[in-house]
Amino acid sequence: MLFGIPLLSLIIWLPIVFGIVVFATGGDRNAQLARWVALAGSILGFLVAIPLYTGFDPSTSAMQFVEEHTWFERFNVNYHLGVDGISMPLILLNCFITPFVVIAGWQVIQERVSQYMGAFMMMSGIVNGVFAALDAVLFYVFWEASLIPMFLIIGIWGGPNRVYAAIKFFLYTLMGSLLMLIAFIYLYQSSGGSFSIADYHQLPIPLNAQILIFIAFLLAFAVKVPMWPVHTWLPDAHVEAPTGGSVVLAAIMLKLGGYGFLRFSLPITPDASHYLAEMMIVLSLIAVVYIGLIALMQADMKKLIAYSSVAHMGFVTLGFFLFNAYGIEGAMVQMISHGFISGAMFLCVGVLYDRLHSRQIADYGGVVNKMPVFAAFFMLFAMANAGLPGTSGFVGEFMVIMGAVKINFWYAFLAATTLIFGAAYTLWMYKRVIFGAIASPAVEELQDISKREFMILAILALAVLWLGVYPFPLTEVMHATVDNLLEHVANSKL
Amino acid sequence: MNFLSPDFSPAYSEIFILLMVCLVMLVDLAAGEKRRYITYGLTQVALIGCAFLTFVTFSEEATLTFSGMFVDDAMADILKLMVFATVVAVLIYSHTYVRDRGILTGEFFCLVLFATLGMMVMISASHFLTLYIGLELLSLSLYALVALRRDSLMATEAAMKFFVLGALASGFLLYGMSMVYGATGSLHVHKVAEAITGGVGNHEVLVVGLVFIVAGIAFKLSAAPFHMWAPDVYQGAPTAITLFISSAPKLAAFAFVMRLLIDGLGDLVADWQGMLVILAVLSLAVGNIAAIAQTNIKRMLAYSTISHMGFVILGFISADWNGYSSALFYVITYVLMTLGIFALIMILCRNGFEAEEISDFKGLSKRNAWYAFLTMILMFSLAGIPPMVGFYAKLAVLQAVVNAGFVWIAVAAVIFSLIGAFYYLRIVKLMYFDAPETDELITVRSDVKLLISVNGLAVLLLGIFPQSLMGLSLYAIQNSM
Repeated sequence: MLFGIPLLSLIIWLPIVFGIVVFATGGDRNAQLARWVALAGSILGFLVAIPLYTGFDPSTSAMQFVEEHTWFERFNVNYHLGVDGISMPLILLNCFITPFVVIAGWQVIQERVSQYMGAFMMMSGIVNGVFAALDAVLFYVFWEASLIPMFLIIGIWGGPNRVYAAIKFFLYTLMGSLLMLIAFIYLYQSSGGSFSIADYHQLPIPLNAQILIFIAFLLAFAVKVPMWPVHTWLPDAHVEAPTGGSVVLAAIMLKLGGYGFLRFSLPITPDASHYLAEMMIVLSLIAVVYIGLIALMQADMKKLIAYSSVAHMGFVTLGFFLFNAYGIEGAMVQMISHGFISGAMFLCVGVLYDRLHSRQIADYGGVVNKMPVFAAFFMLFAMANAGLPGTSGFVGEFMVIMGAVKINFWYAFLAATTLIFGAAYTLWMYKRVIFGAIASPAVEELQDISKREFMILAILALAVLWLGVYPFPLTEVMHATVDNLLEHVANSKL
Repeated sequence: MNFLSPDFSPAYSEIFILLMVCLVMLVDLAAGEKRRYITYGLTQVALIGCAFLTFVTFSEEATLTFSGMFVDDAMADILKLMVFATVVAVLIYSHTYVRDRGILTGEFFCLVLFATLGMMVMISASHFLTLYIGLELLSLSLYALVALRRDSLMATEAAMKFFVLGALASGFLLYGMSMVYGATGSLHVHKVAEAITGGVGNHEVLVVGLVFIVAGIAFKLSAAPFHMWAPDVYQGAPTAITLFISSAPKLAAFAFVMRLLIDGLGDLVADWQGMLVILAVLSLAVGNIAAIAQTNIKRMLAYSTISHMGFVILGFISADWNGYSSALFYVITYVLMTLGIFALIMILCRNGFEAEEISDFKGLSKRNAWYAFLTMILMFSLAGIPPMVGFYAKLAVLQAVVNAGFVWIAVAAVIFSLIGAFYYLRIVKLMYFDAPETDELITVRSDVKLLISVNGLAVLLLGIFPQSLMGLSLYAIQNSM
């Protein structure tokens, strides 16, 4: 609460209400109105989220801005919201990305504009709800509800294979979350009738039950992250989604899985997490190394970035299961940074796609001759994706590698190969697309980026550099929470 | 011997509706084809009058009458009110459809009212024979309703199938009841329960009777493996009749299970629990898997019903008030959803054109965004995706199942619902991702338009505020006999 305003509710419901208003603008005759309402809503959504940062007390690990009301008594479910150092940065990231998504679809989307914009606004509010929910049922409702707008976004405005991708996306993620629901119900029984996540953190659970709960959570979160081997929905969904959809998927939706590990898996089942840590680390390293190699072979730019997302998210899960501050904070920084970088990368591909309607690397070449400003931005983001020091991509990866060295040299060694593979696939793609001779008459006619595109990419570039040079404002807010989490995880709950 | 006049007051609404059926029949003869709207209006008045009578005589206490054969308790009143609301909605939804197909006859209204009376008797029965009479009154009316379109081969075939299999199921039930009578010496629900608790009667005989009773119940609920009639009847019957069959009778069936299995044979829980587990898991499996292969929307929804009935049965296996109230909550939400979805199918029908195939939903979002949106809400609700009310129904039932210690069944149930999610998604896909095959305008009477909007939004709003309905279900169960 700030000045008596329920801030978190505002952050969740304002975009949703704007989404409904955007829907209500009706058909494509009012397309321009829908765009402006959506833009106003998304910017307003970001502005109301700022007090979350300025009013945040970084010295405590307790939940802040807490709101609690009874929702339905029958199962003792509460409308319980609150943020700590883990969820607050993620909410800010989400609110920050939404305006870019709206602007990215400004001209490209000409069909069913109000539905497109409205779906993204709703998505934004729902995702805020996932990060802020402190009640398991409330969390689950937001978690599942986020599938519906994304399903429609991929299916309506996606590429040629959109139906397959949309249904695959939906069923894959639903599979994971249904087992999580059973785990929640089980915890509800064993906690004597509570759906409060905080109660679950304190609940003693025997090891075999912990392992089953951990696996149920793992399926839900691993699909969302996505971890190898349940990552296969991601390249399909990314490739078929419109640019805005790809940005939201990569920058926001993948973070839901990472957040889930920190909020549920580690604190609720700490013993199972330790017990299965090696398996998790191995899965993460497979994602980092093997998916990195797969990315090298992609002929489709979006697919390449999608696989690179899987590899980068491998770092996140690796960091979580090292159980030290470097690992978890590094993973958190990596999540935020990946939000900026992958969002920017998809926007860059979107810029090219809008002009040439092709995502194939082979169709491009010599773009720098026609689009020098764009090439400069793309260069920066490509470097950040490869983890160049000075960009945000470096900070998270470096911290996780530092954390890994403390546990086992070989973990760190394998994780560090990403610096080579990442550079290889990103820069090789960059070289083929941007440099060389002009590949075709279509490339010859390319126009450099517009003011609108320049503005989006410039802001993201600043964010990437700022986080790369001075990550302190981000790490500061999560210190207390991460320390508390580590302390909690170190204690057995048997 | 003194003749004591029984207390008629608990049965006022039943008596009223019986009188009204006679009146409707007579008035229809006089009104004729041209002024059928009078019959229609009178039927609605009968139902609303019944609802009014039930509402004003509502009391928490259970009143037994007719030598204990008939009971009026809070659960009965609540279920009856729901039945009236459902039948009123069914009549509003189906009016245009039935009229266009030439079966808007006096018989249609009388049969619907008789079926309603049958349901009311089932809901209020506290004697095995009363239960049976109510069930037969309902079933016979339904057989006739299915056959109302005499010139349709499909409908006639469906009616024959329904009748033969339904009669077989009734035979099962009666046979089972006779075994219970033989073992306990009574047909009164309470006396049977007392006898079983007191250890009267041969356990083997009781269990044989129980098997037949459960089989009969499974038939009426269309639970696998006794489900074979449902897809044929759903597909063959005129859509308006399918709407009726798949909605209100499920409420009565819930009461039927409560009175017969829980109130009467509750102490045999160790014996019937295992049977219900098998029925539930099989229904979930058959319903969800077979629905994927269907191209006919009514047939698909029949399989979907089978899987939903599996969930309802799951609510009973925990054998406590928690599970029963979850099952009741599930039935009510199911009826709400099924009303909406069949109404939307009828909205897509035009004179001379039956919307029967799944592909008729193609591109609906371009033809009419609002109906597409309502269908989407209903589909996601049927699939159990929050924030639609269907999710809370599943949550409640799964919670009861886990509470009873059947975690593996809960896991099986969610895996089958995952499979089920596919065919609901397919409808959403057709509506939103595909191009329409026709751009014919959808014209709908304004009362239907209003009601379907309320119906669809209720599914969403009850999902955001589920407490009222959950609380009502709990109240009904805790105040049943």
